[in-house]
Amino acid sequence: MTVLWNTEERYGWVAILLHWLMAALILGQFTLGFVMTRTDDQRLAFERIQLHKSIGLTLLALAAVRIVWRLANRQPHLPDLPRAEARAARMVHAVLYALLLVLPLSGWALVSSSVLEIPTMPFGLLVLPNLPLDVSEAAEAFWASVHRWIGWGAIALVCLHVLAALRHHFWLRDNILLRMVGAERRE
Amino acid sequence: MLRHLLGAFGLFLLLTTAAPPVELEDAAGSYRIAPAGSRIAFRIPKAGGGAMTGSFGSFSGSIVIDGRDLSRSQVEISIDPRSVATGEQRADRFLLSDAVFNAPPERRITFRSMGVKRTGDGTATVAGALTARGETHNETFHVALASMKGGRIGFHVTGRVLRSRYGMDVGTPIYSNVVDFDMTLIGARN
Repeated sequence: MTVLWNTEERYGWVAILLHWLMAALILGQFTLGFVMTRTDDQRLAFERIQLHKSIGLTLLALAAVRIVWRLANRQPHLPDLPRAEARAARMVHAVLYALLLVLPLSGWALVSSSVLEIPTMPFGLLVLPNLPLDVSEAAEAFWASVHRWIGWGAIALVCLHVLAALRHHFWLRDNILLRMVGAERRE
Repeated sequence: MLRHLLGAFGLFLLLTTAAPPVELEDAAGSYRIAPAGSRIAFRIPKAGGGAMTGSFGSFSGSIVIDGRDLSRSQVEISIDPRSVATGEQRADRFLLSDAVFNAPPERRITFRSMGVKRTGDGTATVAGALTARGETHNETFHVALASMKGGRIGFHVTGRVLRSRYGMDVGTPIYSNVVDFDMTLIGARN
């Protein structure tokens, strides 16, 4: 039975929920980010950008919760893997965790350095202060570029992560993917 | 010390009472709004402080002041929305887009007064029909006579307009729904 906390064999419900909620939001953010910069209707484009900012800040908050939860929990064992593969898995996970923080922070840096100085008001609820950064065309262009490339890098890494999970499930036929949905393989 | 203070106070009284108040009736006549010296500026407060500010560079209009019955005075202003300037080109393009003014070349922002009401020496309210983005609503502006010299008359005009009434509510509540207008209108006597 899956419980709240992680065990050495499986993830708890909190870790599972955080994983899939953030996965859905990240894919949504990537799609929204792609579409909003290609929207001709300027009103719709403005609203999509504000929604992207709101979801991005939600993801930043969830990333903080997730990192605290991860540090407070044991990690389920990896199955027996070649040493290089285990090391690669650990490295990809570490980079993915770092990106959970760096990607929204780079977006926050972008809006903070923008000469348009559009306030950040997640879901219209409260005004979030800008990061203390230089406001200029050059700074805005720099952070826009950083945010865009980190976004593409993150989605590439997510694809790798998904492919690896599918490989474990269909090819290696282990519990790696199933334990992230609170299930286990019945032989 | 006390003598100095009393002297300064006396000078202040003299300066503030020596000039007779300019009466609106003295300004009776027909004027065209002169671009030189006139300015139509706006301010849209932002959540958390600050504001988007801008102005329109191209406008024209007329002012007719009825000396016998001020309430029959008339004001007409026509603004070219394409002349909007905020100091940031991307913001200007956004204001001109379908999101805000949605302005084809022939569509202008117009104001046509329907009633002038005197509120004090040299002050009045002007109510009228404001048309923007194809929507027309009644708005009221506060007018103060600022100068009158050599066939030129100057007014300071302020007013608040709810942009949502004109289909321009994009960006609320990040940007206020209230647009504060601050205008200096110089009329040259015809």
